[in-house]
Amino acid sequence: MIPITHYLILSAMLFAIGVTGVIISRNLIIMFMSIEVMLNAANLAIIAFSRSLNLMDGHVFVFLVMAVAAAEAAVGLAIIINLFRNRESINADTFSLMKR
Amino acid sequence: MLEVIIFYISALIAIGGAVMMIAQRNPVASVLYLILSLVAQAVLYIQLEALFVGALLIIVYAGAILVLFLFVIMLLNLRGEKFGYDQGKVGVATKLIFSLVLIFELAAVVHTVSRSTNLARTSEHLNPGFGSVPPVAELLYTKYLLPFELTSILLLVAIIGAVLMARRDRADKEKEMT
Repeated sequence: MIPITHYLILSAMLFAIGVTGVIISRNLIIMFMSIEVMLNAANLAIIAFSRSLNLMDGHVFVFLVMAVAAAEAAVGLAIIINLFRNRESINADTFSLMKR
Repeated sequence: MLEVIIFYISALIAIGGAVMMIAQRNPVASVLYLILSLVAQAVLYIQLEALFVGALLIIVYAGAILVLFLFVIMLLNLRGEKFGYDQGKVGVATKLIFSLVLIFELAAVVHTVSRSTNLARTSEHLNPGFGSVPPVAELLYTKYLLPFELTSILLLVAIIGAVLMARRDRADKEKEMT
């Protein structure tokens, strides 16, 4: 039996990779996918705890997180399409409209 | 022994896929690496006896959400767009060092917490049917009925928002006609 700590450290690493993707990349789509990686890392931790505590509630949480991720993807991609339509670019540096 | 090998191989693929995803310059390759990472994570879910959620991860995430990403990337026609990593006031090396620090901080938190509490002790006896569809559905429709219904409202709002945002303005359309 693999101890739950292994899963938690894997989940922490995936989360940090997601954070790295958001801060390092200039491509809006890759930044967005990094957010999905972070959500999945949290899901992995939830599933690991759920197995460890022998409680199924975590599976329900993961189900709800997936629904939130789907909603987020739909709205976020619509925003990206609109941004691309206005600026012909999805480089995050082009969208500094609100920066003074 | 076998499950340890499976764990390490899938963990390696999950991390490698995620790293390759943020290292790619081509967004299509990036999506494909993310799908690879998700499939490896689904293997881990199934190893943790979460059969239903593991299947859902492949069907909903890899099958629907990431295909939506692919559609959008192909709609956008990104040819000729350059994505450098060395723009901005903070250098890439600094950012990488900060994310490494973040990894070690999170790992240290996990380590100390698991040593000081008895969370690390995995229960060997699972309830019968753990992780299959009927128990998940039972929880979803009894204990977590309200969050479930609220999720449907959230999805409705997302649909309306996406449709409103992706719609062209009437002025835009008239401009194109002339």
